[in-house]
Amino acid sequence: MSETIDLAHAPGPRKLQIWRGDLTSGELVEYELETEPGMVVLDAVLEIQRSQAPDLAVRWNCKAAKCGSCSAEVNGRPRLMCKTRLDHLPADEPITVEPMRAFPLIRDLVTDVSWNYRVNKQITPFTPRESLKPGVEVNEKGEFLIDQADTDRMSEFRKCIECFMCQDVCHILRDHRLHDRYYGPRFMMRMASLDMHPLDGVDRLDQIADEGGIGLCNITKCCTEVCPEGIHITDNAIIPMKERVVDQRHDPLLKLLHRTPNKGRRKPPPRTETPTL
Amino acid sequence: MSEQGIEHHDYDVLILGSGGSGLRAAIAAAEAGARTGLVCKSLLGKAHTVMAEGGLAASLGNVAPEDGWSTHFQDTMFGGKYLNNWRMAELHAKEAPDRARELEHWGAVFDRTPERTMSQRAFGGHTYKRLVHIGDRTGLEMIRTLHDRTVHSNVEVFMETTVTRLIKDGDRVVGCFGYRRQTGELISFSAKALVLATGGSGRIYKITSNSQDCTGDGYALAYEAGAQLVDMEFVQFHPTGMVYPPGVAGLLVTEAVRGEGGILRNANGERFMERYDPKRMELSTRDVVARSIYTEVKEGRGTPHGGAYLDVSHLDSDYVKRKLPSMYDQFLELAGVDITKEPMQVGPTCHYFMGGVKVDPDTGVSRVPGLFATGEASGGMNGANRLGGNSLGDLLVFGRRAGEGAAATANASGPVTLPPEAVADAQAEIEGFLHGSGNENPFHMHRELQKIMGDGVGIFRDEEGLSEAIGKLEELDARVANLRAPSDRLDYNPGLQLCREVKNMLTVSHMIARGALLREESRGAHSRLDHTGYSDYWGEHNIIVEGTSTQEMSLTPTPVVKRDELEALVEARKEAEKAS
Amino acid sequence: MTTVATPPRRLGATMRRDRWWVQPVLVVTSLTLFGVYTIIHAIVSNYYAITAGGAHLQSPMFSPDLPGIIQFHTSLPWAFLVLWAPLGLRSTCYYYRKSYYRSFFLAPPSCAVAGAARRKYTGETKFPLVLNNMHRVFFYFAVIVIGFLWYDAIRGLFYHGSFGIGVGNAIMFVNVFCLSAFTFGCNSWRHLIGGKLNCFSCTPAAQTRHNAWKRVSILNGRHMQWAWISMFTVWGTDLYIWLVSSGAFSDPHHVF
Repeated sequence: MSETIDLAHAPGPRKLQIWRGDLTSGELVEYELETEPGMVVLDAVLEIQRSQAPDLAVRWNCKAAKCGSCSAEVNGRPRLMCKTRLDHLPADEPITVEPMRAFPLIRDLVTDVSWNYRVNKQITPFTPRESLKPGVEVNEKGEFLIDQADTDRMSEFRKCIECFMCQDVCHILRDHRLHDRYYGPRFMMRMASLDMHPLDGVDRLDQIADEGGIGLCNITKCCTEVCPEGIHITDNAIIPMKERVVDQRHDPLLKLLHRTPNKGRRKPPPRTETPTL
Repeated sequence: MSEQGIEHHDYDVLILGSGGSGLRAAIAAAEAGARTGLVCKSLLGKAHTVMAEGGLAASLGNVAPEDGWSTHFQDTMFGGKYLNNWRMAELHAKEAPDRARELEHWGAVFDRTPERTMSQRAFGGHTYKRLVHIGDRTGLEMIRTLHDRTVHSNVEVFMETTVTRLIKDGDRVVGCFGYRRQTGELISFSAKALVLATGGSGRIYKITSNSQDCTGDGYALAYEAGAQLVDMEFVQFHPTGMVYPPGVAGLLVTEAVRGEGGILRNANGERFMERYDPKRMELSTRDVVARSIYTEVKEGRGTPHGGAYLDVSHLDSDYVKRKLPSMYDQFLELAGVDITKEPMQVGPTCHYFMGGVKVDPDTGVSRVPGLFATGEASGGMNGANRLGGNSLGDLLVFGRRAGEGAAATANASGPVTLPPEAVADAQAEIEGFLHGSGNENPFHMHRELQKIMGDGVGIFRDEEGLSEAIGKLEELDARVANLRAPSDRLDYNPGLQLCREVKNMLTVSHMIARGALLREESRGAHSRLDHTGYSDYWGEHNIIVEGTSTQEMSLTPTPVVKRDELEALVEARKEAEKAS
Repeated sequence: MTTVATPPRRLGATMRRDRWWVQPVLVVTSLTLFGVYTIIHAIVSNYYAITAGGAHLQSPMFSPDLPGIIQFHTSLPWAFLVLWAPLGLRSTCYYYRKSYYRSFFLAPPSCAVAGAARRKYTGETKFPLVLNNMHRVFFYFAVIVIGFLWYDAIRGLFYHGSFGIGVGNAIMFVNVFCLSAFTFGCNSWRHLIGGKLNCFSCTPAAQTRHNAWKRVSILNGRHMQWAWISMFTVWGTDLYIWLVSSGAFSDPHHVF
């Protein structure tokens, strides 16, 4: 999703069209402001809030692309407002700023993302295997022994700042509104990071396939395209998890050989709740 | 719901704040069997802890086997210029390794040594390689791990809920009052024990590495509730924040950049740390490096955007991208600088508050029964200057202790109720912000406050500047009663939010400015141009702040809390410093 | 301040300003043309090898050479007996799935662009799309085909038993190289070779597989590029052989 880059663009007046409204009604409202070098969309929105629209609702916190609060759709693409420079957006037209679409609107640029937290609650947290081999998997001080190679694979997913833009852009949630049947890329990735933990003792594949709904994903990769952390969500998390589900459920050869994946991992406790929007 | 139609909840233990210390306290309280609630201003997992980059200091001895708690204790004391609460520094040094291992058992993933144990990196002021880390996003790893642990620990979480008042019944804190940000609906909580884990107050400065949430709420709430605060004059300016472009000025550049071998130069290309701390160079303590950069700029050797150059371009570019990925990204994205090829421009930025609520080291309880504090909201552990990496350890060690302490208090306590008049009072305050007769705009007053603090109570201070700042703060005192949100709508009203925050920040600013005026010496993060050396008297005294309003704020020098059994360690370190 | 109306949400609705539709159009065009071309050539099943002057350059769409190897002769379009494996590999390939779900199924046509309205979206959970999970089975067969293609390429170097080299040989080697890069960058293969391990370091065998996984991961990172390149090299190779063997021009080569 490359955008015309105009690094030489000098600061000057810019127009922003910001979506104002709530669940019942709303519209894009145009504001004009003076810009300064290096200004990001969030700077502009906050300046408008300070000087022109004091009731403009916007969620933000760190303004350093580390907390993932200020997700919005800038010129139609999900982006962190604090990481999107005005001078990287086409200078000759107004910049549109809208709330994420996959979640219910609260007001203006703020959406209700609590569904994500309900999903997270359904995922059994990391639980070490019951018997860890001393000297191989755990040392005498009780510290885990894990290789950097394993760490590297898991930590890519753990870079996630939960901006929920992958959830926003995922058409299963955005267009088809199947929030009760698919956990979304963020949580496919969360489960991948747990499943790939060398010392995790939970068999998560049924949840990934059934409640998680990984089969609904048609790997169109928009989650990967919008990830501000550059995580390869589709290639490194979702597809490997799909393949693990194939190991367990579809592969005729493995069935013939009676090879079952996840040996030694326990079934998680049953989940009682289906997270709905 | 109570009769007045205000949403009400009752808990054994209520935690305010969802950063590292708040989450750790919540987990500890819930594990101790307390019915636990957690209130946070933002969404869960967005707290300022996510910004911590470098690592978590714990003397595991994985990289340097000779390391141990006593060296860590000595380093912390030396870094804090011996004003630390000795017991806190001791507990921290002793317990941090267990907390780090525990985090790993909860699913945190840290970088490894070739022996497959947790890797540790060098950091300013630490004798040995001590910081457990994962790339340059250790805080995020920690918050995510604690976040997941919390949601599976039977803790009820109230996201985007602002607390504006602590409610007391007699001498004791019995709950709090506030509103839900999404709807503006009022909400009250009763709790047998309440833990402040509200973090610092960096937003009183314009140039800060702190999140929007860091508005000193806990300091002000505790102060109003009658708690004592300690060491408020010590505000850490991190030496390396971004200086350009203006929109990101203050944004943190992790100390890990220097830990991994980054070099500081001035505009003339001189490695100026040779003049200020030839022994530790770039890895000197933060107060020294911050003052050095400030001095270079002041004396005309600054970079075009008024900072110093910080250079890692001599390191292998893949190594830089692997070890400092978010720094690489941050500069490329926001400043258009490829740090593997060009130097960064950096300058000091307000980063951390060493001071905070004075608490019992073992349990985190304040002077006020039922009120606990932990993490950056509490004071004493870090003395006059905090070492990098000690805050993440602090959050875990004292978060757990405060959670357990609060649970113990709650278990020994009968039910509590909120006095209706105190609730009505708190409600009236919010009502005033929305519909009062005042016309002070909180956005504007916040800017004024930031200017006062930046001009008069910054990295270098003197009597004239401080007195002037205090005078201006008093002018704001007179106006603060007239704060009113520019819009009176209830749902997600940023002006309403800022009204109470500005009030809190003003209270905190008073504490800092007055403490800074009283402390007539330069020590750690506190530098007086008119009192440049150490004072023997002040080297033995903390400043305790108490009162209930800004008008009757009193500051009292109080002897440092020592411990006999640690005397030998401290003396040994002082001797060693003299010898070198 | 002025107000601007927001557009309704229907197929193609988006606030994006770039030409997001270019990619789906290109994909539809090229995949359709390739499909039609392949079916036509497979049906007519003639001119699939250059045999003039003792050469034997076999088209990759007609490999393995069933009539040549097992004396399998039929008047029916026999190419389909071998084509199902590589075509199956491609149509169940994770990259191609992305491409056709976006471009043909419009689910979604592009990121943050509203997709086609569906009464019920079931993704890959129901027949026939659930069969995409059989990707690895096609991979196994495709590997066999790749073996034959290398055999074909090497066999092509011998003209009546004498070593020779020409443009056709070069084209065949480039093609089989690209096909191998595509096939061995397969996501299923990446999983099987090492991705399925939970611990990369726990046993010496796991460490070896981890090293292999890293190499496959490099190929896999360019899976899309290899998918397109190899599709066009197959197409080009077949077309070249079709033209030469039908006598349009001759293959320049030198026999030593």
